[in-house]
Amino acid sequence: MQNERIKPIVMPKWGLSMSEGKITGWLKHPGSTVNVGDDLLEVETDKITNVVEAGDSGTLRRVLAEPGNVYPVKALIAVLADPDVPDAEVDAFVAGYAVPKGDDEEEAEAAPRYLFADTPAGTLRYAKRGEGGPTVLLVHGFGGDLDNWLFTIDALAEGATVYALDLPGHGQSTKTVADPTLAGLSAALRGFMDTVGIGPAHLVGHSMGGAVSMQTALDAPDRVASLSLISSAGLGREINHAYIQGFIAATGRRDLKPVLENLFADTGLVSRQMTEDLLKYKRLDGVDGALRALSAALFEGGSQASVLHEPVSAAGKPTLVVWGEQDRIIPAAHATALGPNARAEVIPNAGHMVQMEAAGKVNALLKEHIGR
Amino acid sequence: MTRKISMKQAINEALDLEMTRDPTVVVMGEDIVGGTGSPGEDDAWGGVLGVTKGLYAKHGDRLMDTPLSESAYIGAAIGAATCGLRPVAELMFIDFMGVCFDQIFNQAAKFRYMFGGKAETPVVIRAMVGAGFRAAAQHSQMLTPVFTHIPGVKVVCPSNAYDAKGLLIQSIRDNDPVIFCEHKNLYGLECDVPAESYAIPFGEANVLRDGNDVTIVSYGLTVHRAMEAAEALAKEKVEAEVIDLRTLSPLDWDTIIDSVERTGRLVVVDEAHPRCSIASDVAAFVGQNAFGALKAGVQMVTAPHVPVPFSPVLEDLYIPNAQSIAEAARRTLAPTGTSPRSIAA
Repeated sequence: MQNERIKPIVMPKWGLSMSEGKITGWLKHPGSTVNVGDDLLEVETDKITNVVEAGDSGTLRRVLAEPGNVYPVKALIAVLADPDVPDAEVDAFVAGYAVPKGDDEEEAEAAPRYLFADTPAGTLRYAKRGEGGPTVLLVHGFGGDLDNWLFTIDALAEGATVYALDLPGHGQSTKTVADPTLAGLSAALRGFMDTVGIGPAHLVGHSMGGAVSMQTALDAPDRVASLSLISSAGLGREINHAYIQGFIAATGRRDLKPVLENLFADTGLVSRQMTEDLLKYKRLDGVDGALRALSAALFEGGSQASVLHEPVSAAGKPTLVVWGEQDRIIPAAHATALGPNARAEVIPNAGHMVQMEAAGKVNALLKEHIGR
Repeated sequence: MTRKISMKQAINEALDLEMTRDPTVVVMGEDIVGGTGSPGEDDAWGGVLGVTKGLYAKHGDRLMDTPLSESAYIGAAIGAATCGLRPVAELMFIDFMGVCFDQIFNQAAKFRYMFGGKAETPVVIRAMVGAGFRAAAQHSQMLTPVFTHIPGVKVVCPSNAYDAKGLLIQSIRDNDPVIFCEHKNLYGLECDVPAESYAIPFGEANVLRDGNDVTIVSYGLTVHRAMEAAEALAKEKVEAEVIDLRTLSPLDWDTIIDSVERTGRLVVVDEAHPRCSIASDVAAFVGQNAFGALKAGVQMVTAPHVPVPFSPVLEDLYIPNAQSIAEAARRTLAPTGTSPRSIAA
């Protein structure tokens, strides 16, 4: 639009499969002053509920989307403008607003949302977002998949080429885990990088994926530009073994949901759809065996088999550690294990899935770390 | 990898994957190959609606076309199951079950009990159920309650392609006789289905929609009508929770009771006749076990107590529809004492 003093607020797109979102409530009201990063409203998708943060500043002049209603991605839901912009101009902006068709949709039409690579460890699913800039590789945790990065991948892709994969045994990748140790998973990760043609990358690892990223920095330092370790394994012995065992054992919605509630500070985030998506994964042939093998290799007897903070400190890679203060899977006290060799940030009111629960803060930390 | 396929393709894929995984799985039935031994066998029909098409070319003699004698081949399948095979017998229309009932309810269902737990009968009997296919009274029945009544037989009735694949794989791996009911008007319906094998455990209902005002329980085709009704009710600010039972025996009572304890209102939708049906079964169970939670009488929405009509106009009226389900939900929300008497059998 021609008027740069009027800024649209649109329904965000979180992750690769989101097509619409439901407004659950506005946190700012018409007339409020809005600064970049302020919480604007809450949106519920079929996967999760999250807060939309302001990307621009101004006065909230129009709220167009009503709580309880569903709007497609990119639909105009509110308007920000300076206070001195006349009402008539704001109304004309709303009336003339057209949802941008743009490259994004053509791109989405042309390229599949998910890609598959035949790697030495088997067929692995991955996603690629963004072009140019630094290369980032997102590595999920135990029982997770690339959709754990649904609030992360597009935010980072604004200034980077971002890959996210499903590790062997996970998501829609092969369910065969040839070597369930950290060394084996790291070898699978490097095999994936070779196959897809990913050079040295900024590795961002969550939980078990953090330990895999650290192992990769030790085994192949030339492949790793930096480490971002989120609620990471490998920084201490303690781990909530009841969670690991409960996750493996659960076969139905009623067993699994209380287990998943351990992952968030706000247990209300564990939706029926999130539980159902994980059940669909857990029902696949081979998943139970893969999870049991990984658990036996990595968390046998209820403690983490590998603690890597000493060699990782010595390796000297730029490292960011992020934790949710209320993590009930791996204690937030592990955040300082790397001492002065890493920047450690503990985020309040967030649990183990801190990259989902405090996406705005985590994304800002990641961008700063990767950009430097 | 996940892609969109129809329920018919999902059933075909489940059979293919299990035949590939387990050499003891065999498939038999009337015209399931459709031209064995003839020059055109590769493009043979694969069953009356083509569900087993292509499997003969891949698995050969592990698929058998049988004579038109249900009592003979269902008996053979049950006997083979007791001797180490895992047969999947297709009975075409569930309406034909009458001629082989002794084999099913006096033999297959009883072996585990009468031989002191030493005998297992891992047989699956697939059959088409349901009205709306213009196939008249002898090819359109929803006989799920008849089998649900019999201990020793498990009864499955999926509402979509994802469930059909996972439940059929579970049925084949299960060590008890399973009656697998396929609604013929759902065969073409597509949804996201993983290419890999997966098994959905029995007795785990699927909650398709969250709501706190009224619980709608159904299975098979009418699950989709219940979802349409829930969307209509949402426009009136009534949020319905919709539960798809998936398996009728065993039945996931806990999910129903949990929901009714929250909503206080229950509508049970069943394409079967009203008397001694899944609807009356669920209504009675909730009346007995969650009476204190109920704020209104349980409403049943079923087909009427008459054979399926051949007249297309009457057949369309016969099947529970979104409107009749939404009306039943509104009856549960009306002030006590004002509900019109529901039309009983």
